[in-house]
Amino acid sequence: MLTLVNARLVDPKGDRILDGGLVIEGGRIAEIFEGAREGLDCGGRCLAPGIVDIGVKVGEPGERHKESFRTAGAAAAAGGVTTMVTRPDTLPAIDTPEALEFQQRRAVGTSPVNVLPMAALTKGRDGREMTEIGFLMDAGAVAFTDTRAVADTRVFQRCLSYAAGLGALVVGHPQEPRLSAGACMTTGLYASMLGLPDVPPAAERIGLERDLALAEITGARYHADQISAAAGLPALARAKRAGLRVTAGVSIHHLTLNELDIGDYRTFFKLTPPLRSEDDRVAMVEALAEGLIDVVGSFHTPQDEEEKRLPFEEAASGAVGLETLLPAAMQLHHAGHLTLPALWRALALNPARLLGLDAGRLAPGAPADLVLFDPDTPFVLDRATLRSKSKNTPYDLRRLQGRVLATWVGGREVYRREAP
Amino acid sequence: MFAHRHLLGIQGLDRAAIETVLDLAETYVAMNRRAEKHSRVLAGLTQINMFFEASTRTQASFELAGKRLGANVMNMSVASSSVKKGETLIDTAMTLNAMHPDLLVVRHPASGAVNLLAEKVNCAVLNAGDGRHEHPTQALLDALTIRRRKGRLSRLTVAICGDIAHSRVARSNILLLGIMENRIRLIGPPTLMPAGAERMGVEVFQDLRRGIEGADVVMMLRLQKERMDGALIPTMREYYHRFGLDAEKLAAAREDAIVMHPGPMNRGVEIDGLLADDINVSVIQEQVEMGVAVRMAAMDLLARNLRGRNEPGGAAAC
Repeated sequence: MLTLVNARLVDPKGDRILDGGLVIEGGRIAEIFEGAREGLDCGGRCLAPGIVDIGVKVGEPGERHKESFRTAGAAAAAGGVTTMVTRPDTLPAIDTPEALEFQQRRAVGTSPVNVLPMAALTKGRDGREMTEIGFLMDAGAVAFTDTRAVADTRVFQRCLSYAAGLGALVVGHPQEPRLSAGACMTTGLYASMLGLPDVPPAAERIGLERDLALAEITGARYHADQISAAAGLPALARAKRAGLRVTAGVSIHHLTLNELDIGDYRTFFKLTPPLRSEDDRVAMVEALAEGLIDVVGSFHTPQDEEEKRLPFEEAASGAVGLETLLPAAMQLHHAGHLTLPALWRALALNPARLLGLDAGRLAPGAPADLVLFDPDTPFVLDRATLRSKSKNTPYDLRRLQGRVLATWVGGREVYRREAP
Repeated sequence: MFAHRHLLGIQGLDRAAIETVLDLAETYVAMNRRAEKHSRVLAGLTQINMFFEASTRTQASFELAGKRLGANVMNMSVASSSVKKGETLIDTAMTLNAMHPDLLVVRHPASGAVNLLAEKVNCAVLNAGDGRHEHPTQALLDALTIRRRKGRLSRLTVAICGDIAHSRVARSNILLLGIMENRIRLIGPPTLMPAGAERMGVEVFQDLRRGIEGADVVMMLRLQKERMDGALIPTMREYYHRFGLDAEKLAAAREDAIVMHPGPMNRGVEIDGLLADDINVSVIQEQVEMGVAVRMAAMDLLARNLRGRNEPGGAAAC
């Protein structure tokens, strides 16, 4: 039994902040209380449910030189992420129960945080034949995604239809694939001046409208992994109003950065979808605050130096994010866009609900997956200090505010920040 | 005043820097017209021309410029380099850097590649064209040509016509002509116009005659073969009909207007062959001549800054 006292409890479900503490027993929260008691002193800092991060890329199998379950797990623990929902875009792809079992064996015992796998929707993620969704669910897959658009609409319709029959969650990457082919920046003056191939934000809208239409006719549970363009929001709002079982996520990068950050061809800012205009970024923040966008994640994508130190067009896409998700998200809190409980609905409660987990809550019976953080500590990020094997963060040398102090998974302390 | 370590683009140059290059280039124009075309301002320096993309004209121009100034010039073409063996751009740059070149002239098909390379080497880097980004010496040679013909490089109306979207020449020219305070017009179908063009401080036209109305300078751009045939324009003949320049359409421009083209030309696609050869209006051959002089001036200035940097008490160049 462990009692954490003198904490500010961030309760996303109850939408409140409580001064008090909680009791952990058998890996679960046994009791929440207000006021003072004896126990492990949290120093008046914030105690919240651990983050459930959907869409984490771990390089196993195939790219362990970029990230292993050990390094990703350490990064997650240090970032307050208590559940990593992993992507299937590995080498080879996680598209069979055998591959999934192999990956899970690698994860168990090496990652200090929970690992839940997503599996590919189509074999080899090449958008032609559907995977064994049923077997994969039995093997533990919590959702199905190709992490890119399934270009063939008929194939995608059939996948959604089959998945609906099993109640499986399909995670889509809304994008019109032909329009976005070869693009690495958002259409506009800035892409034009840099001379980089561009894609209009409408490509995301077209992809999203297609996916939502298919979700409607198939009745499937559909989650758009990363919304980044304001152009797609009306369609999302319409689908939600119509009662479709659809949700949407946004990456922390698209909430805190814009296309101008690319500056002089800085490849750490090369992301998929590409960073958008400031208007789009603000629209994402507003949609999140209104609850139109449900989930915020890091979309952690480790890339090594070799694949980033290339001309922008040729460089690999993606950024690591497990350790910077919480401090970067604090920017939204400090700017007054979201309260801490609202932020934690997007970081923990909503993704947990989406996946049918009982995590993401501060309530008796919920797993004791917790993060203790100080929302105010300022610091300058030095990418060399990241625990991820790859250090491709766009926040390098940025001033951030908010630090994780300790993380518990199932009541076990998996991270504690050493006093400086 | 030309306090730059590299020449990566027109972006970052100011009026004074541009005028410094052009003024010095004038002296090299005179020198190049003499029988004895040799100077020793780059003597002892090594110039490497690194072309990751095929080029005859620009490479020859840089080579000649370096040789006339007494540099040791080496040409490296991509076909014979280890880039084909999977070596990254940075590794190639580091390898070359270890050989202590002083001037590195680089052309690369990817936008920003030359900037990336410049971060990793100790020598002065000249951008000879990177993707769709910039081609600064082309804009400078165009500027010199205009200044000599028009007697000034400000308050002119310059029309740039053709495939603006994919043209690094257009980008560098828009920047340079903007810095020098000219009125710039871009002419072309929307499929060949860059997004956000209207925010570049230019006027956009889709009609050639209206676009060149009253223009002092008409700059035609090359239309790449792969952009034709229904991809971005329906056919060559429709393009020529709407956007090809001939004497009849040119009548809309000022009477003393000059016609420019960065070359190589597609006669009968973007420009009428007879017009291109008309020495009364076409300055295309003069552009080529100015190219050598401008490149000599740019390398001379960069070499001065290199020497200043390496000598005690020398002016620090950035």
